[in-house]
Amino acid sequence: MSLHQTTFAPYKTQGPEFAIENRIWDADETLPRAELEALQVERLRDCVGRAAAVPFYQEKFRENNITLSSVRSLDDLKRLPFTTKQDLRDHYPLGFLAVTRDKIARVHGSSGTTGKPTFVAYTHDDLALWSNLCARFLYAGGLRSNHLVHIAFGYGLFTGGFGLHYGVERVGAAIVPAASGNTERQIMLLKDLGADALVCTPSYALYIAEVAASEGIDPRDLPLRYAHFGGEPWTEDMRRQIEEDMNILAFNNYGLSEIIGPGVSGECAARRGMHFQEDHFIVECLNPDTLESAGEGEAGELVITAMTKQAMPIIRYRTRDIASIDRSPCPCGRTSARMSRVLGRTDDMLIVRGVNLYPSQIEEALLRVEGAAPHYQIEVDRKGNLDEITVRVEMRARDFSDKMREMAHLRDRIDREVQHITGLRMHIELVAPQTLERFVGKAKRVIDHRPKATL
Amino acid sequence: MTNLASIKAGTGGGFHPASAPDYLPDAQLRDLQTQRLKRIVKQAYDNVALYRRRMEELNVTPDDIHSIDDVVKLPFTNKSDLRDNYPFGLFAAPMNEIVRVHASSGTTGKPTVVAYTREDIDVWSNSMVRAFACYGMHSGDIIQNAYGYGLFTGGLGAHYGGEALGATVIPISGGNTDRQIMIMKDFSVTAICCTPSYFLHVLERAQEMGVDIHDLPLRAGVFGAEPWTESMRDRIEAMSGIKAYDIYGLSEIIGPGVGAECQAQDGLHLFEDHFYPEIVNPETGEPCQPGEEGELVLTTLSKMAMPMLRYRTHDITCIYPETCSCGRGIRRIRRIGRRSDDMFIIRGVNVFPSQVETALLAVEETMPHYQIILDREKGLDRMEVQVEVTADVFSDKVRALEGLQNKLAKSLEHTLGIHANVRLVEPHTIERSQGKARRVIDRREM
Amino acid sequence: MKLKQLSLFLENRPGQLVQAAQALKEAGVNILTLSLADTEQFGILRLIVSDWEKGKRALEAHQCVVNAADVAALEVSDRPGGLAEILGIIEECGINIEYMYAFTFGRDGKAILIFRFEEVDEAIAKLQARNVNVIGSVELFELSGGR
Repeated sequence: MSLHQTTFAPYKTQGPEFAIENRIWDADETLPRAELEALQVERLRDCVGRAAAVPFYQEKFRENNITLSSVRSLDDLKRLPFTTKQDLRDHYPLGFLAVTRDKIARVHGSSGTTGKPTFVAYTHDDLALWSNLCARFLYAGGLRSNHLVHIAFGYGLFTGGFGLHYGVERVGAAIVPAASGNTERQIMLLKDLGADALVCTPSYALYIAEVAASEGIDPRDLPLRYAHFGGEPWTEDMRRQIEEDMNILAFNNYGLSEIIGPGVSGECAARRGMHFQEDHFIVECLNPDTLESAGEGEAGELVITAMTKQAMPIIRYRTRDIASIDRSPCPCGRTSARMSRVLGRTDDMLIVRGVNLYPSQIEEALLRVEGAAPHYQIEVDRKGNLDEITVRVEMRARDFSDKMREMAHLRDRIDREVQHITGLRMHIELVAPQTLERFVGKAKRVIDHRPKATL
Repeated sequence: MTNLASIKAGTGGGFHPASAPDYLPDAQLRDLQTQRLKRIVKQAYDNVALYRRRMEELNVTPDDIHSIDDVVKLPFTNKSDLRDNYPFGLFAAPMNEIVRVHASSGTTGKPTVVAYTREDIDVWSNSMVRAFACYGMHSGDIIQNAYGYGLFTGGLGAHYGGEALGATVIPISGGNTDRQIMIMKDFSVTAICCTPSYFLHVLERAQEMGVDIHDLPLRAGVFGAEPWTESMRDRIEAMSGIKAYDIYGLSEIIGPGVGAECQAQDGLHLFEDHFYPEIVNPETGEPCQPGEEGELVLTTLSKMAMPMLRYRTHDITCIYPETCSCGRGIRRIRRIGRRSDDMFIIRGVNVFPSQVETALLAVEETMPHYQIILDREKGLDRMEVQVEVTADVFSDKVRALEGLQNKLAKSLEHTLGIHANVRLVEPHTIERSQGKARRVIDRREM
Repeated sequence: MKLKQLSLFLENRPGQLVQAAQALKEAGVNILTLSLADTEQFGILRLIVSDWEKGKRALEAHQCVVNAADVAALEVSDRPGGLAEILGIIEECGINIEYMYAFTFGRDGKAILIFRFEEVDEAIAKLQARNVNVIGSVELFELSGGR
């Protein structure tokens, strides 16, 4: 992972066959910087006030002598405590609530480093805010009320599906809630219903294109014109390939459930990075080791404060995502800073098919299956545009069986546990005892062959 | 904290304003139905070629609709009409008014597509609120929605209903039973939405995990998307101490929320100010006598994107002639026990044997002998398709046979939208019957 | 020089093997060697018999699903390292093995292995060029005692 200084690569401003009109969804997106920053201070103070109702923050504030009067400018943000995923997990399930339980309209979750997910809560107002934030980037990316949008994100506890679903609804367009799986049927619906826009992970879009081609359908002939991708890191090369293969304009968006879900940032028509929705979230870009501010345009860990969320205000959340921030003006007229693509992680989390995966989850699964040794290796590859995970697990010598059936059973048990804990399907390969490489110290558990974004 | 007993008793409910039409005096209800029927028939006639043609064949125009009783003048609509007019032929509203499209499996490869305007979504959410109110649920409830989200209407239907009720919705969707139980416990869930068979599975798993549902605040189950019985209800209620309620709906009409049991648990109230019921003889289409068993036919009185005139549900039931002890004026149907066609429901998904044939033919050139075995293991529905191996497809290589098995399973999953086990069996092991083959063996205890 | 092998589809349930054996017995067909591959749900019985055409007819008459496939019988030294040697040659020739199993008897310190190759003719030609003894059906039948 390189953290060297760099600038943004030039982006295309026009798609394969059509330009996109630069329109703004709501006036707050173009607030003059001074007004925006004044609003941020006001909202940050309000946030600190409400966060004081959360025992975790109450204690941190007390330890650090923080009162409302300590927050007078954006510089004072530095005095506020960080929040980590571990903190959320330590207060499982909803120890970070700043409102009473009856105000909660929705609960979402994301995978944790072990079997217990991390949960987040929303009030009705939070849901309305979330829809509006998603509407902003969808509208910026060409979505209009007469469009039909095919959503191929999984719904459920995962925030990706719902965030975009309600954002599309907010814009007034129609939704085909296709969710995930059954790609042949998805292609049939894309073709027959003629969706204008596609919402999914970028790798799934490539997979759709590939399966369509294998069925004799030219993906360029699908009526699709726009796509809004998120849920996993991707590259500029992938964008070019998808736009070429499907004859569409592809937009990037970013978010994480701990902050709100998708809608934290998203691209405009200029596509020079993702506009950070700074009227609701303050972003810092820090060197993950020193926790000092990274220089202008330099990559660092994004640390985000969700100021306006009622159910769960989050202060200085360590996202572990590496990206850079560009504060130069954007020709689209939005005044917010823009973030680059996510370039990497500061921890060992993987994102596979849009799902967060921690190697520790695999370890936990193996511990539950008798006959599996805790020696394993995870290999992630993109085969035919679909992320594939192979987990190689060493057998214990005494558990080897000459019956194919029993070996298949052992494999199936591991398969089930792994799927249960991670929510992901993986290829499980049993390998002979003592065949996986051993590492001193932190084992190299993960081999990731997928392309990575660079600045 | 509220004490467990009072949560279990479901106090704090009271009358929900959305339920007002449930109690309308008969004359007012009929007025409302008449008014809505006139509007919807006009919407259908003006915008859908099929309806106009069918009505012209019967010499009926929207001007012939004077009262709700005139519904019998209208032509029937069948599932095959949805297939024949796939995908947009039955849409009565322009795309810029449509905000949602759902789909369910059709009788062959193509799905059945339905559409909603903003107003339709509101009617749907409102009907779900009325269903929840029937069960005594209210804004203080924490709803675990374990129906599958996506094109299937169950998930999003219950979700929007729960949100409109003002409750907390946990959109967990289907699957991952251990996590379902963990969340039920950790979030003090008070109501769960899923298929009744899946809930039985949850109960059995909870027992294995040492979790007693009696000790949790869970008090109501909203169970639908598949037929179930009184004995299943007794079992669920005895094992969990919750009240198990039936909900009725179908995507062609709107999704879940067409009808719901009330706390009397004696038949399902139909929200007939939106979904007008008739019972007809499934063979002749003639109206049945009051109280007589027949096929349920529904007319959507308010759905603008895709009105359904006299839709043949193929569900066999009857309308109760008596009014309900709960005081609601809207009529009740008996819970659905059987169907007038060969459709079966597995894990909440509708399956026609003709779809299985489509899937098998997509892999093998000639139709193999096959049989569908439905089973329930630990409360979980399982579908096995046994396919006879013929010399044409047999190989001496394990890999090739497993490959065939996988291809068949994939093709089935693609066509049906659910997973089915494929078992290769020796030739002549599937029973041949005279005439119509016995394609489906249903061993599930209902 | 290739041999015909019969393969049978078997469901994993009791009595399946007996039925096949009975069919061959009634037809007077002798089994020279066999191998059984089992999976979770089904098995494949592979047979080398004295008269494969007769055997196939007999099995089909018993409503079994039968395939005939070409395999090769290779002679190897019956001593430590014998298998490694032949597998080494096969690998050097760039031949893919689908599966293999051992013949039940040999002669003069030699053992016989049955191989299923992707391209059997090509494989036999290559192996013979490396002086591997490929045994024909007549020879095999004689070896097994000419019964």
